Amino acid sequence: MSQTKLPGAIGALLAIIPAGLALSQTFSLSGFDPVIPLPALHSPALRIAALQIVCVLLAAQPLRCLLGTLPLLLGSLLTGALLLLSVPSGESEPATAFWLLCIAQFLLARTSVQRLAMLDSPPWVATLTAVLFGLWMLYFWQLLVTAFAVPRVLLPAPADILLALFTEADKLGGDFVQTVLKSVLTGYVLGSGLGIATGIAIERSPFLQRGLLPIASLTSTIPLVGVAPIAVMWFGFDWPSKVAVVVLMTFFPAMVSTLAGLGAAGKLERELMHSYAASPRQQLLALRLPAAMPFIFGALKVNASLALIGAIVAEFFGSPTAGLGFRISTEAARMQMPLVWAAIVLSAIVGSALYSLLVLCERRVNFWHPSVRAAQS
Amino acid sequence: MSQNRFQQHLVPVATLLAVGLVLWYLLAIWLNAAGVIERVLAPQGAWSWQELVAATFSMQRPVLPVPHQIALDLWTSIFDAPLDSPRNLLLHAWVTAGATLTGFLMGLVLGGLLAVCIVHSRTLDRALMPWIVASQSVPVLAIAPIVLIILGSLGITGMLPKATIAMYLCFFPVTVAMVQGLRAPQRLEMELIHTYSASRIQTFFVLRLPSSLPFLFPSLRVAIAAGLAGTIVAELPTGAQAGLGARLLTGSYYGNTLQIWSALIMAALLGVVLTALVAAVEYLIVGRRRQA
Amino acid sequence: MKFAIGVLNLNHLVKKLTVQDAFPMNAPHPTELQASPHSALETPVARPAVVARKASVIYQAADRPVHALSEIDFTINRGEFVSLIGPSGCGKTTLLRVIADLEPITSGEVLVNGMTPSDARERRAYGYVFQAPALFPWRTVLANVMLPLQLIGRSKAECEAIAREQLGRVGLAGFEKKYPWQLSGGMQQRVSIARALGFEPKILMMDEPFGALDEITRDKLNEQLQQLWLRERRTVVFVTHSIAEAVYLSTRIVVMSPRPGRIVKVIESPLPFERDLSIRDTPEFTRLAQEVREALAEGHQ
Repeated sequence: MSQTKLPGAIGALLAIIPAGLALSQTFSLSGFDPVIPLPALHSPALRIAALQIVCVLLAAQPLRCLLGTLPLLLGSLLTGALLLLSVPSGESEPATAFWLLCIAQFLLARTSVQRLAMLDSPPWVATLTAVLFGLWMLYFWQLLVTAFAVPRVLLPAPADILLALFTEADKLGGDFVQTVLKSVLTGYVLGSGLGIATGIAIERSPFLQRGLLPIASLTSTIPLVGVAPIAVMWFGFDWPSKVAVVVLMTFFPAMVSTLAGLGAAGKLERELMHSYAASPRQQLLALRLPAAMPFIFGALKVNASLALIGAIVAEFFGSPTAGLGFRISTEAARMQMPLVWAAIVLSAIVGSALYSLLVLCERRVNFWHPSVRAAQS
Repeated sequence: MSQNRFQQHLVPVATLLAVGLVLWYLLAIWLNAAGVIERVLAPQGAWSWQELVAATFSMQRPVLPVPHQIALDLWTSIFDAPLDSPRNLLLHAWVTAGATLTGFLMGLVLGGLLAVCIVHSRTLDRALMPWIVASQSVPVLAIAPIVLIILGSLGITGMLPKATIAMYLCFFPVTVAMVQGLRAPQRLEMELIHTYSASRIQTFFVLRLPSSLPFLFPSLRVAIAAGLAGTIVAELPTGAQAGLGARLLTGSYYGNTLQIWSALIMAALLGVVLTALVAAVEYLIVGRRRQA
Repeated sequence: MKFAIGVLNLNHLVKKLTVQDAFPMNAPHPTELQASPHSALETPVARPAVVARKASVIYQAADRPVHALSEIDFTINRGEFVSLIGPSGCGKTTLLRVIADLEPITSGEVLVNGMTPSDARERRAYGYVFQAPALFPWRTVLANVMLPLQLIGRSKAECEAIAREQLGRVGLAGFEKKYPWQLSGGMQQRVSIARALGFEPKILMMDEPFGALDEITRDKLNEQLQQLWLRERRTVVFVTHSIAEAVYLSTRIVVMSPRPGRIVKVIESPLPFERDLSIRDTPEFTRLAQEVREALAEGHQ
């Protein structure tokens, strides 16, 4: 790959075409008079188009560092914000100029992400790239949904979802307590804990291991969520039935991983402990359990999202009048889509938060493991 | 060797299954006893232990049906009803399997293509990949009702919405594994290929694709299981007439436990069959190579 | 402390003698060497640390049995540094593993300090150093050396004091708080030697401990190990591929040969106990190395 190539340069240059077209169209619409162009400058479209062209020019500079990319980044964000503010509201059909500006904006956004992705330092620039990409996705979602006046029932704009997240905070807070604190956490701790404990308990019985492992691995192919209706019948509509589903879903991965981890200690290390005449308990505590921790954390991470899915889907089968799954299914039926999306956003946040927490814990516990060391350096 | 290992597992598994069955029967007696006594035995007056056990094993709507009841129900629904009748569980399994497989294939193609793009584009790698990885910690199945509504209001109904949900559940693990696999070739191998001045396409087919397969297949097993769960959940809110999810839902509406258990067992069997299908394909592609 | 151990061992010896009286197995074997004048000078009574009699290990392979060890007769005395040398598959590692109770014998008898290897292991007779360091990556260097001491239930302060001392002896003072993966391969192997020595095992078992290291590091560690042995006179059984290493370190060299794994020759080293690396340029050293080489070639025919 050549070092002199500027990624996205063509895209950026292409952006000049729609921006320029938009510029000329705005001029003609506002009764272009070369002698007095001042009133035309008040047109927002004109300003946006002019700014976009400036951005294209900014993109043409070849500085390969964050500082060199920053003007393009900020410029494109500025034109984006201006464009969003000038979206024709609902009734009036957007003008051709608007669509041209949208195309130019898209090309600019693409270039800005490409430029950022090209940088190697500072280290957090990788995160920044992903964040910027996510931001542009949300931006065009908002822009297009507003511009096309997509019915809320079909697809609410991000702003509507954000609004719902705040206006319905009470309901969602209740759902959070019901689903996450009561069902997910209880079930997750119980299921994973039981799984790990069972794994440790049967580690010294080859017979039980040989019997349980095939059955346990078979459960990974089975849609265990399906037991939700039975759980609801047995344990009622409230959270205990969800806990039962979550326990069932998280138990087997935890057990299988624990067993795999306990067996993962190296041959030399095991022989070393053998030559020290270490008792089984000592072997477990000093060697097998520490060696199993990466596997156990792997299962804990998988289980975090399994637990959330289990609780939410179990609520689809019946729940009291609270819970994220309940909210999603009932509000979807009532076509309250912003609230449905808000509930989904909340569950996504909970899922990522739980996962991040586990990653943080893992970094402390498995600091010695090559994968953690590689991630930290 | 594999024969040997199979035999090693046979006795313990059989023993555990037998113990499980006995426990199941005992649990069934215990759970069903109260209902049986209240509804069946008490009106008759005196009753013996044998009568109680027999009655708990043959309830209409037991709290916990016993295995032979479920087996009988499965048998009658499969062999006594015609194949196109809604009473036949095979039909429901077929509907679910069709949607799952369609979605699985769609997800496989989509995930594979995206992985190829990510491996070859630094921008996508930096901008998109973190989101795909992060999506694994998010309960994406929760979006199912929304997907159904959006597609429904666009006039798309039937199998396709279910397949779409199965698709996006399959798509994430496939993409992540495929990116990992396409990156798996060591620097040495890449440099070797580089000294042959192979083109990007040649490198892809000679080195990257073959070394990605060991990563791909485990993820496919995960994907098809996730896809099946997705399809079954997708069959819940649509008021679908067919499909194992619909059977589960109607069963839970009418308190027909036997129907729920039969659908559940059928779903489990379907999961096993679909995974076996993936494993068979894996054996055809990778297993032979390993043996050679 | 040392004295107490000696008394204890004498007790075992007495026990063993009574056992041997009951079963007359004392006939000296051709390969079983009498105590050399050297070791007779150093240790008044040559007390055997390891005795093998007609020890065989046979694996059941797919088509036919494989004789990994065939009727080994052999004695290692206390305080000796014995090297087992031979080509791959000659059973030198198997012999080491048999002595350390990592592998069972098919027939014959192996006694360590007058006990079965299993009993000796239960009494923590062995300090085993593998080809790889086998350090626990989640423990610091210090904690790794402390591990065997903790297992035998010493107090924490005692463990730490001994571990620090041992690390100092292998030249790793100041690295206590590091993790194994922060050290070079040679340093890791030194930690593993410190760990093996820390709980004062009666026999130090070393299975090609320097095999994976580069030659310069290897030389340095050889020198350190030789000095260590000179200071402490612990019994060492050392498996190696390298003739130079075996000759430099050992008081006795056992040459082995494959198919079936057997002892071809046992060579007593005439070299003085106090050595440094320059001894490798002396004619005695060269002659001894030549003798080992010839024995190896003989066994290969």
